[in-house]
Amino acid sequence: MTEKSLFKTATIGLTGAWLGFFVLIPNVMILATSFLQRDEAAFVRLDFTLENYRRILDPVYLQVFGHSAAMALVATMVCLALGYPFAYALARTRPGLRHLLLLLVIIPFWTNSLIRTYAIRSLLATQGVLNKLLLFTGIIDEPLRLLYTGTAVTIGLVYILFPFMVLPLFAVIEKLDTRLLEASADLGAGRFQTFVRVIIPLTMPGIIAGGLLVFLPALGMFYVSDLLGGAKDLLIGNFIKNQFLDARDWPFGAAASVTMTLIMALMLIAYFFSIRKIGKKEIR
Amino acid sequence: MRRVKTLYVALIYLFLYLPIFVLIASSFNASKYGTRWEGWTLKWYYQIIDSPLLMHAAINTLIIAFLAATLAAVIGTLGAVSLYRWRFAGKKAFEGLLFVIMMSPDIVMAISLLALFIALGIHLGFMSLLLSHITFCLPFVVITVYSRLSGFDSALIEAARDLGAGEWHVFYRIILPLAMPAVLAGWLLSFTLSVDDVIVSFFVTGPSFEILPLRIYSMVRLGVKPEVNALATILFLIPVVFVSFSYFLLKEKKS
Repeated sequence: MTEKSLFKTATIGLTGAWLGFFVLIPNVMILATSFLQRDEAAFVRLDFTLENYRRILDPVYLQVFGHSAAMALVATMVCLALGYPFAYALARTRPGLRHLLLLLVIIPFWTNSLIRTYAIRSLLATQGVLNKLLLFTGIIDEPLRLLYTGTAVTIGLVYILFPFMVLPLFAVIEKLDTRLLEASADLGAGRFQTFVRVIIPLTMPGIIAGGLLVFLPALGMFYVSDLLGGAKDLLIGNFIKNQFLDARDWPFGAAASVTMTLIMALMLIAYFFSIRKIGKKEIR
Repeated sequence: MRRVKTLYVALIYLFLYLPIFVLIASSFNASKYGTRWEGWTLKWYYQIIDSPLLMHAAINTLIIAFLAATLAAVIGTLGAVSLYRWRFAGKKAFEGLLFVIMMSPDIVMAISLLALFIALGIHLGFMSLLLSHITFCLPFVVITVYSRLSGFDSALIEAARDLGAGEWHVFYRIILPLAMPAVLAGWLLSFTLSVDDVIVSFFVTGPSFEILPLRIYSMVRLGVKPEVNALATILFLIPVVFVSFSYFLLKEKKS
């Protein structure tokens, strides 16, 4: 195995160089940019500063980030609340049907998410199908103004990211050992108690994984808030996009992007730790 | 209880499919604003065919998706083989960078690539778009091919080595034919990812090279465009056909 092979060198070299050049260097560049100063002509000036990070803590921007995180969080919670019973019901159907039902969840998510956002927009419009339906059934008397609100952004995010919640939930619920539920019932636990003390802890990895898979991408989807939200319903993705393409303040945009990546990395690390902890508990 | 369950599952599917069906139905609606049904029409489909801007963007999208998927399949397969066959310095970093591509949010990757292209003075257009698409497709090819390779009996490779085959021969005559279904699946996955991408493309391409998702984006931002419904219907059906094909390809090989 130690013989020198041109093919081996070329293979590792090519793929390694690609990753270094298109992944490592660009990320290092953004990290470096976040510590530099803004320059009108050349995007950045080579002067070290922490000003960009200080500006992120400015109440004005913190509010923007807070609103963005709140919309993403609500979307995650709605996905969980809708997705958990759904995944549970799916995991309890007979195997043949189960796979077909699962495929039906995945199919809409093969379509470009921009098109799905546009579809949601036609649905939510004042003259759209949803308002017509609600008026027709007499639930409302006047068309609701749904579009261009924070609620619309949340609905859009839920619609686009729902499969990312259902799939990990389905994976853990399908593996759930039903004997444990019987044992819990035999030992006198009610349905509610079994759910809270047995089912939820055992499916926690799926809940956390689904939560991350919805929450993290939701922060960046600038076109969802562009198409569905009002002027104030910005996501962090819109903010970064504006800094790079409109305000031309690269260092500030880079600092926001680094901060967002760090928060995501921390959440992922927390996830891996919690998984390990849950795994250990099961063994004991 | 059972009925409640069925009803609930049905409602969720309604939520998932209603927007798409409304869109498909509107694409055949003669009414421009789609507020009322005014009869069947195919005129929005004809409008797409007659629009040089849209057709051009569609062709560009297919060119990029085809080239990006093909190159990502080649480079990704080589990457998977590297990880499977050899131990080398920096292997952990190699895996780490693939993980970074998959985990970093699209917008972060988009701005980092934009910064790279600007710094190198690469014109934002065809080339920058292609390089970016290859990059974000790579890890998916590597994982698909790697997982198939790890299912092999490594005795096959050892036997070939004992019989005097060099690394290239082992790759070309043994690994590649065995990994081919996974390479094809990786190609199809990459093609879909490339066609679907909005965020990265938005940053790394310029007016000289417009692709369909961006064209649609600028169209729908300005208001209701009935031809977008027709276009969306077509674009909904393409990945359904493509991914079903890739799904059956993998399933067939498993059994």
